[in-house]
Amino acid sequence: MQTPAAFEYERATSVDGAIASLERLGSEARVIAGGHSLLPMMKLRLANPEHLVDINDLTELSYIREQEGEIRIGAMTRHVDLLRSDLLAQHFPLFRDAETVIADPVVRNRGTIGGSLCQADAAEDLSAVCAAAKASVVIRGSGGERVVSMDGFHVGPFTTAVGAAEILIEVRLPVRPDGGSAHEKVERRAGDWAIAAASAAVWMQDGTIGDAGIALSAVGLTTIHVTRAEELLRGKAPSDELFAEAGAIASEDCSPASDGRGPIDYKRHLAGVLTQRALRRATARALHQEA
Amino acid sequence: MTINVSMTVNGAQVSHDIEPRMLLVHFVRETLELTGTHWGCDTSNCGACVVRIDGQPVKSCTILAAMCDGHEVATVESLEVEGQLDPIQMGFHERHALQCGFCTPGMLMTTRALLDENPDPTDHEIRVAISGAICRCTGYKNIVSAVRWAAEHEAATANREG
Ligand SMILES: Cc1cc2nc3c(=O)[nH]c(=O)nc-3n(C[C@H](O)[C@H](O)[C@H](O)COP(=O)(O)OP(=O)(O)OC[C@H]3O[C@@H](n4cnc5c(N)ncnc54)[C@H](O)[C@@H]3O)c2cc1C
Ligand code: FES
Ligand code: FES
Repeated sequence: MQTPAAFEYERATSVDGAIASLERLGSEARVIAGGHSLLPMMKLRLANPEHLVDINDLTELSYIREQEGEIRIGAMTRHVDLLRSDLLAQHFPLFRDAETVIADPVVRNRGTIGGSLCQADAAEDLSAVCAAAKASVVIRGSGGERVVSMDGFHVGPFTTAVGAAEILIEVRLPVRPDGGSAHEKVERRAGDWAIAAASAAVWMQDGTIGDAGIALSAVGLTTIHVTRAEELLRGKAPSDELFAEAGAIASEDCSPASDGRGPIDYKRHLAGVLTQRALRRATARALHQEA
Repeated sequence: MTINVSMTVNGAQVSHDIEPRMLLVHFVRETLELTGTHWGCDTSNCGACVVRIDGQPVKSCTILAAMCDGHEVATVESLEVEGQLDPIQMGFHERHALQCGFCTPGMLMTTRALLDENPDPTDHEIRVAISGAICRCTGYKNIVSAVRWAAEHEAATANREG
């Protein structure tokens, strides 16, 4: 029987209250959101917090809304709500692509976007989705709030810019004209983590790609931001040849490990193919030509 | 250290002093002695432990009992009411949707929740709904058929009464 080691538990009734608790309890305290990454880690003693601060009552952090030219998502928004949101699907369809294949519907009832991003597991899908969509996150501590881009957010394996007594409260996605996006994932069976996954977003400008975002899941120690391929695409007219080139860069710039999900060369190959597919679909969506 | 948790389980108010680390599945099975909920993989993969929290199906091996304080929990024991089986249970019986029965409590709670939200699901929608639940015996075909049976039975009953 797997049960977490003993800890003390308290419930936060406000964001600032949760931050104050984290500050008071020190480095052995953690917030628990959906608990679907943290509790499995605690069962395995990969995480041993002495205090848990439960933020599930902070329903003020559960929303998806359009504000000041951005889509803003509260940290406690659950996978099921991300999947169902038409507003999100309209502006960033890669979220719905990803949410249909993240875990299974029952797990999706609990897991949150804040927990997914803060877990910063390289195999997790939403980190790549947010990186490709050029999202930023709002992090709050007792000293106030700061806004951090996804480049600055991913610090290392399982490590983010969120400090010990800080909480991620919101994800912001700037809405730009003529955008399209897609997430492509290959898994061993329904509900499993990715063997590899690619997220892509493009923003068209006068028939060429004005800007692009590409990120990969499960093919490195962290989410891979494929900035070299993004640079290649900028200012060019979309074509299959161009996407093949971008895919080749993705294959080169990832660093997968061999494991039960497959050997290195297969995963590199997948990263390239999925990047190409995601770019093709993202562009078709931007041009309203999706089959 | 123990803490007090109070919640509604199958319509009845319960209150117990427990360790914060107690998972809901053990609270239900051991503290409340409601052993209908099964406990399988322990890793949120098999779905045998699914109960409903405020109506939503959740894997009870991956939530603390303390997190359910103040909430409404429904286990498989809630399905039968005064000797009358729920249509989803009748469907599993009619369509032979279980063999060993280990996955059944989770399957029932997951598909009951599906029908409450979507009374006329396609086979594909049923398969998606149970994609987080593993059955080693039936091959799933009869489970899908049982859920369709329940959907049709409920539609027919509603027609007769409406
Ligand atoms: C069977 C199974 C399959 C899965 N498959 C996939 C998959 O295919 N793809 C995928 O992407 N994910 C998958 N997941 C992970 C799932 O998406 C988790 O729900 C998610 O990674 C974590 O979200 P959570 O809310 O449960 O976080 P928790 O487990 O509560 O927290 C995770 C970490 O983040 C911290 N944290 C949480 N919220 C905040 C916040 N607001 N501010 C600061 N820190 C915070 C916690 O302290 C903890 O360290 C799977 C999970 C399971 C159980
Ligand atoms: S015991 Fe909970 S999902 Fe298997
Ligand atoms: S009936 Fe045996 S596992 Fe489903």
